[in-house]
Amino acid sequence: MAQTGSTPTRVTYDFVTRAIANTLGNPSRGYYILLGSAVTLLAIGITCLLFILRYGLGLAGYSHPVYWAVFITCFVFWVGIAHSGTLISAILYLFRSGWRTAVYRTAEAMTVFAVMTAGLFPLIHIGRQWYFYWLIPYPNERGLWPNFKSPLIWDEFAIGTYFTVSTVFLIMGLIPDIAAARDVATGWRKKLYAMTAIGWRGTNEQWRHYTRGYLYLAALATPLVLSVHSVVSWDFAMAIVPGWHATLFAPYFVAGAIYSGVAMVITLLVPIRKLFHLEDIITVHHFENLAKLCLFTGLIVSFSYVTENFVAWFGGNPDERAGFWFRAFGSFWWASWTMNICNGLLPYLLWFRKVRTSITGLFVISIFVNIGMWFERFVIIVVSLAGEPYGHWTNANYNATWADWGIMAGSFGWFFMWFLLFVKNFPAVSISEVKEVLPPPTRAGARAGA
Amino acid sequence: MIPLPKPLVEIFHPPATPGVLGVFGHLDATVEAIEKLKAGGHGDELTVYSPIPRHELEHAIAQPTSPVRMWTLIGGMTGCGIGAWLTLYMSYDWPIQVGGKPIGSILPYVIIMFEMTVLFGALTTILGLLLNALLASRHQGTIAYDPRFTNDKFGVFVRCGADQAGAMESLLRGAGAEEVRRA
Repeated sequence: MAQTGSTPTRVTYDFVTRAIANTLGNPSRGYYILLGSAVTLLAIGITCLLFILRYGLGLAGYSHPVYWAVFITCFVFWVGIAHSGTLISAILYLFRSGWRTAVYRTAEAMTVFAVMTAGLFPLIHIGRQWYFYWLIPYPNERGLWPNFKSPLIWDEFAIGTYFTVSTVFLIMGLIPDIAAARDVATGWRKKLYAMTAIGWRGTNEQWRHYTRGYLYLAALATPLVLSVHSVVSWDFAMAIVPGWHATLFAPYFVAGAIYSGVAMVITLLVPIRKLFHLEDIITVHHFENLAKLCLFTGLIVSFSYVTENFVAWFGGNPDERAGFWFRAFGSFWWASWTMNICNGLLPYLLWFRKVRTSITGLFVISIFVNIGMWFERFVIIVVSLAGEPYGHWTNANYNATWADWGIMAGSFGWFFMWFLLFVKNFPAVSISEVKEVLPPPTRAGARAGA
Repeated sequence: MIPLPKPLVEIFHPPATPGVLGVFGHLDATVEAIEKLKAGGHGDELTVYSPIPRHELEHAIAQPTSPVRMWTLIGGMTGCGIGAWLTLYMSYDWPIQVGGKPIGSILPYVIIMFEMTVLFGALTTILGLLLNALLASRHQGTIAYDPRFTNDKFGVFVRCGADQAGAMESLLRGAGAEEVRRA
């Protein structure tokens, strides 16, 4: 479990506390530029949303039969991004994987903000946002209840639970680190951390409950992370649209979600490591492990692409065959091939150790994977609907509008704004867990060092 | 500032617990101190501080398993029950047949039951953890503390009267404490 092979020897407990506490406060010009860009994108999104609220969903590119489009694509994309956080923080915790400690906080924060972003899209998509509470089972004067046989209600419960549990998990992991930051901070930050550390002092009694609670939360979060994207996949798989109605969907979506999420973790960690000078804590070893995770899930995704197409052909259903033919060679061929190249072919570069250990190379690949995974959802949702081969009246030439793109850009702004605010005000790397994988200070060690 | 009435002062500003605090730079020295104190019959008066949870410390202190797991179990089972009640009651309260399926279709309802199990299990886990740890920190707030304990030092506090303090100080120093002070 110890990472001595990959961690420089000067990395001691004190070094870790100082290095991570130094990331808090006094933002640089680069940070403000990034935050300003995120807020600008968010402002664009809010403006587009206000237009939609005023003039209706007609401003978005919906046309029969494509009534699930960019908003639902963004919803699935952001829920997918959220998945790697819990995978890294909970599943790898249960597997006692030591390398997760340096990267899991970033991944967990990303999870919470990605679910927050994802949750906006069903609300935007329903058009009349002020009726969103109809999804919630509440006693009402008409005696109506939600239809619990509908996958959309399952989704609401799954996403709601996932958001709550991942937020609780993030906050719980933060408590000992906030206490460590409190004990080295000065000024108003000391007061802020003193309040948010809720009396943490690292006593044996506190650790006794904490380690047990963390274990059980991880044990609960593990099946949850697998269930959430399965439930999202059933939003599609329970319908009879060709390209959706497949039993493969749940594992295919879960693998895709983790694949895109790990890619997003790499995209976020590369600039954070550079901006915050965390090269000694987040090492090439960590990036290589993330790359291996990306390669593994990428292989499942590309295998799923092949299986999907094979089953469409081998199954002999003419509608299914026509749907997949339309996907590859119809008017949306560019979207399908972007998806195939970015997700199906690019990850194979990660077989090479040279690529896995090149930070720049990984950063570039991770961005292409993000693009590819957005297009995967676009292809599954929009292209499957546009290509429904039930007669000429159903075929639509769908075109997304400025409102679609504006709100999508706004979602990136919303996500990055929260993420940037988080990493500057709370420890972006777990202080206590990074120390856990270091060799503890002992008298024998001190003698050998001297 | 208006002074608080006396019973409130005692609640919000309880007096410090008398005792001796040892600051350790090494894990093995901390373990040695704990073992010596336990051998001397002071196991119940100990508070150990550490920046991270270490199994060496857990073994030396040998505390019982945390009761938080019972909170998880009870919360999870309650959530599962609520999920079953929610779906079945609401289906039969306004019975509409959908997709030719029975009014109360257990299979799709398992999904809601599962999500509610996880939701309630997680929330009660955190509640159990907070109640246990916060109650502990209310008591431990009166015990001497050093900010280095969340950084790179380990600490051992022994609750004792002034008559025993000298003996405790020499015991902690003998085990390898870098600093020892009375509280």
